[in-house]
Amino acid sequence: MNRADTAPIAARAAAVKSALLDKGLLSAETIDHIVHLGAEEWRHENGARVVARAWSDPAFMARLRADATAACAELGYEGPQGEYIVVLENTTERHNVIVCTQCSCTAWPVLGLPTDWYKSPEYRARVVREPRPVLRELGLDLPEDMAIRVWETSAETRYMVIPLRPAGTEGWSEVQLAKLVTRDALIGTAMPLPT
Amino acid sequence: MRGIHDLGGMYGFGPIVRETDEPVFHAEWQATSFAVLMAAGSLLPDFTADAYRHSVERMAPAHYLSVHYYERMLTGITTLLVEQGVLDQADLETRAGGAFPLALPVAAAPLADLPPQSDARFRVGQRVRVRDYHPQGHTRAPGFCRGKTGTILHVAPKFAFPDTAAHGGARRDEHTYHVEFTARELWGTDSIDTVVVDLWDSYLEGSAP
Repeated sequence: MNRADTAPIAARAAAVKSALLDKGLLSAETIDHIVHLGAEEWRHENGARVVARAWSDPAFMARLRADATAACAELGYEGPQGEYIVVLENTTERHNVIVCTQCSCTAWPVLGLPTDWYKSPEYRARVVREPRPVLRELGLDLPEDMAIRVWETSAETRYMVIPLRPAGTEGWSEVQLAKLVTRDALIGTAMPLPT
Repeated sequence: MRGIHDLGGMYGFGPIVRETDEPVFHAEWQATSFAVLMAAGSLLPDFTADAYRHSVERMAPAHYLSVHYYERMLTGITTLLVEQGVLDQADLETRAGGAFPLALPVAAAPLADLPPQSDARFRVGQRVRVRDYHPQGHTRAPGFCRGKTGTILHVAPKFAFPDTAAHGGARRDEHTYHVEFTARELWGTDSIDTVVVDLWDSYLEGSAP
C-alpha cells in the first residue's frame, strides 16, 4: 500500500525521467523511440499475419513448427521478448492458453505488450487452477471433451497460439484472414472472430 | 515458501476485468516507466532481466498487490537505479514532491543450493519431479509445481539461470524443459486439463517411470 505522503505515480515517473535527463543518462529521443516500439511496432497484428500465413501456406506452417523464431523473423517480427518463440497449435481435441503467473512475460514482437487483464493478479492466479471457468468467464465456452493446456511462461520460451482456421474461409486472402485473429485468439482466451 | 508475485493457483481473486479497445499505455507515466526499464541496460552497471524481475518481487506484498503493473515496473527499476548509485532517493522525493517508496533489500542469503547443470540431463517423455526448494531470492519455478511430478514435452535451448543471474552470479546457462502436469498432480482434482511449466534443468530431478 502506498503511504499517505507518497507522491502521485505520475510525479514519481516524472521525477525519474527528469533526474535521468538532467544527468545526461537518457535523452527525450531515446524515450520517444522506445515508446514508439512498444506502442506501434510490437503489435498483435504481427502475430495475426503470422497465423494468416500459416493457415495459407503449409510450407510456412512447417517452418513455424520447426523454428518459430526464424519463421516470424521472415516476416520481420523479432526483438526483445521474442528470442525463442514456440507456436502452440490448437486442434479439435486440444485448446492452448498462455499465462505468466509470476510477472507478465509475453512475446512482444508478435503479441504486443500485454493488456491489463493479462497482467492482472486475477488472471495470473486463476487460469492455471481453473482454466475452464476462467475461459467461460472471458466468453469462451469449450466442449467438455476438449482438453485445455495452460502454458506458464516461467522461463524464456515465448508462446503464440495458432487457432484453428475458421470454417467458411476457403479462398480468403491473408489480409482477410489476419483480420479475424485477435490478440485474445493469439493468447488462447478466444477463438478467431466469426466470419 | 513463495513471494507475493508467485500468484499461480492462489485462491481469493475475483472476476477478470477486461477493457475494450485498450490502449497500450493509459497515461504518459506508464510509457515513461516502460522507457526507463528498456533503457536500464545502458543505465545500470549490473543489469539483468532477472535482477529487474526480482526488484519487483521485493516490493512489500501489500504495495505489490495494490498498484498497477507499470507502477510495479517503475518501483522495481527505480530501486535498482538507487541501489546501484545511479539515482538518489532523496533527490527523487524532492523532485516528486512526496515519498517515493522503493522495494525492500535483497535477502542476505538469496540462493538455494542447486548445483549447475551444463548438459541436458533429461529427454522428451521422461518423468521429472520439481525439487521442493525454498530460496529467499529470485527463482522461476512457480510454487504450485514444486515437489510435483510431470512429463517433459520439449527440450528448449540454454538460457541464463535466473537465480544466479538475479544476484550477480557468474553466467550460468542451462536448458529449460516444457513439463506438463496433470490437474490431479497439481490441485488434486479430476480434469482433462493440464498445465505446462518451463523449468530450468537444475530445478528438476529424475523420477521413477
